[in-house]
Amino acid sequence: MSTPTTLLVRDVQLSRGARPVLRSVSLDVNAGEICALMGVSGAGKSTVLRAIAALEPINAGTIAVGDFVLRAGPIPRELQLRALRRHVGFVFQTPALFEHMTALENVMLAPVHTLGWPSGQADEVARRLLSSLGVVARADAYPRQLSGGEAQRVAIARALALDPTLLLMDEPTSALDPARRGALGDSLRALANDGRGLLIATHDVDFARSYADRVIVLHQGQIAEQGMATTVLSSPATDATRELLRGVNEERPGQV
Amino acid sequence: MLRLIAVISVVAVAACQTPRARVADNRPFRWGGDAEGGAPFVEADAADPSRVRGFDVEIAGLLAHGLGRREQFVQVAYVSIEQSIERGDFDAGMSGVEDRPELRARHALSIPYYEFREVLAVRPSDAGRFRTLADLAKHRVATLGETQAYRILVDEQAKTGLVPVSYDDDVHPYADLVSGRVDAVLLDNVIAERSLRKTGGFVIQPEAVAIGHYVAVLAHANTVLRDSINDILRARIRDGSLEKIFRTWQVWNDDEARFFARTAAEANSSVISDTRSGQSPIAYLPSLLRAALITLLLSCLAMALAVTAGAGIAAARVYGSPVVRGLFTAYVEVVRGTPVLLQLFVLYYGLSSVIRLPAFAAAVLGLGLNYAAYEAEIYRAALEAVSRTQLEAARTLGLSEFLIFRLVRAPQALRLALAPMTNDFVALLKDSSLVSVITVVELTKQTAIYATNVGSWVVPGILCAAVYLAMSLPLSRFARRLEQRWSAT
Repeated sequence: MSTPTTLLVRDVQLSRGARPVLRSVSLDVNAGEICALMGVSGAGKSTVLRAIAALEPINAGTIAVGDFVLRAGPIPRELQLRALRRHVGFVFQTPALFEHMTALENVMLAPVHTLGWPSGQADEVARRLLSSLGVVARADAYPRQLSGGEAQRVAIARALALDPTLLLMDEPTSALDPARRGALGDSLRALANDGRGLLIATHDVDFARSYADRVIVLHQGQIAEQGMATTVLSSPATDATRELLRGVNEERPGQV
Repeated sequence: MLRLIAVISVVAVAACQTPRARVADNRPFRWGGDAEGGAPFVEADAADPSRVRGFDVEIAGLLAHGLGRREQFVQVAYVSIEQSIERGDFDAGMSGVEDRPELRARHALSIPYYEFREVLAVRPSDAGRFRTLADLAKHRVATLGETQAYRILVDEQAKTGLVPVSYDDDVHPYADLVSGRVDAVLLDNVIAERSLRKTGGFVIQPEAVAIGHYVAVLAHANTVLRDSINDILRARIRDGSLEKIFRTWQVWNDDEARFFARTAAEANSSVISDTRSGQSPIAYLPSLLRAALITLLLSCLAMALAVTAGAGIAAARVYGSPVVRGLFTAYVEVVRGTPVLLQLFVLYYGLSSVIRLPAFAAAVLGLGLNYAAYEAEIYRAALEAVSRTQLEAARTLGLSEFLIFRLVRAPQALRLALAPMTNDFVALLKDSSLVSVITVVELTKQTAIYATNVGSWVVPGILCAAVYLAMSLPLSRFARRLEQRWSAT
């Protein structure tokens, strides 16, 4: 059975100044799939996500999300990125909720201002999203009143408000205890089952083993290895993956 | 306020280092005058600006000579002469000081040495219709603040609704008469004739509004020196030395001759003692509160302008092209780097040939544009302090740059800017006292007028401070509350 491809990254290179961060990255994310982008700190995981979300310009290669194609060169103006924004949701490592708005207002912002929905409709959808993530009781709370786990769920709800086909998440488990990690994993599985593609930058091997369908290992700005999560994580084919797994044994799992 | 500080700069006097040879009184005879007042009273000598000249200078010379003491000139702002004399900054003040009853009540005054007429100056086209003060009902009439003429105008205001406009110097009233900002000027004929010779553009009505005299003013307790000075003055009137001085300075006339004849005839001119005591502070409260309203209105309007313009400048500096950024950076640096007093002068007087702003509008504009530079810096810093992740999060939600600014960046920046903004508003409230230099009578100016009237700064000063605090404290409270509410959420 072939599933449609949600994200297609081809030969992407990205430098900051003279320093190459991504040397040549190609990867796909399919609909309904949870894909873990793994690697030690500094491997370039976050940068891949930021490049896909057009937060950082790429020097070479292409990034295709649905019909939208991002090419090398300066970041296009926001007006030209509308199709991309509609299809890609982003959950930052720090939840980055808007501090002057309630949880509900954070989630309603995009439907009202990007889609132009009447606030009644946006309110309804936002509450439904918060409810599906189990935080609707905190709808009227401000970000600083939320716990780390609650804030993250609100951030996921906000990222889902535009009903994206691709969800990018940066280290979602870094601030969570093991129980919450499990709850998050279940929520993400539900999102994938809805037909979304999820690309999750993480170095949490346990989390990847439990919830990822596929693992992509990034090493010094290049793809070192990719394949089924169970295969890659149980019998690593490269030193990069072995280093990653060894790090787990030396450090506490889930550590940033 | 500058002129309240009574900045006294001692101008070097030639024979300063003469050895103290004489056994007699070897202290110098220190006399205070305002060289800014100019000829024919006291002016800086063009040939040697460290020296002064004028008829008051020459009379002071006669007095010093008569006292057997060397003279020493002390520069003092005209309006501060009264305060300085009691502080002991100098022995006698003479700079066209007017003989006024309340002055006599508070200080020791010499006999009059010159008689002047308060005359009306009007534009030539108005010479027919503005002959007397009565013709100037509801019109703006300028004069020097805290003078006999100002008192006359204030009395007239109550009767006919004439609008007195007070200046800190005697040059700008005539300039503003010619340019149409005021309809008449009431001042001493000496000043009026000087201005007519210098700049012209107006006519002097022949009929005198009042008669006045110039005197030397001494500290209340200093009656011994005052009596010596009176003796010297009488002798110099009799022997014609004073007439010679006044002739040199072209202020001798028939009135003067008659006045001198009268003075010489009075064998023993006893000093009239005015027993009029200071009025109760309550009487001044309405005018202080009115002035406080002006201060408040002025500050609010100026702050509104500062906030609006400041936000625009900040946005231009954060989002603008390099050229736009450079332009506004230059504005901010120039405005912050020069005194607001200078900016007010330039705006009101300097630009008056191009655009004739009413005083209040010039005050709002001057303070507002000055504070806009400070606000702009606060907002710019606040905008830049909003974290990049917040802006990126907004971008990933598909908001346009403008919406990101309006919905995310500006509201968060405003919370950061609130405390420094409140600070600036309180500062502005107090800086608004500077606008009295462009004839706006606000709280501090009104207090100065009041203090001159009662001859003390204690009660007026306390009242004035209380009114300022009554305005600034609620503001700080309001800001603190808002901050607490924002930080609680």
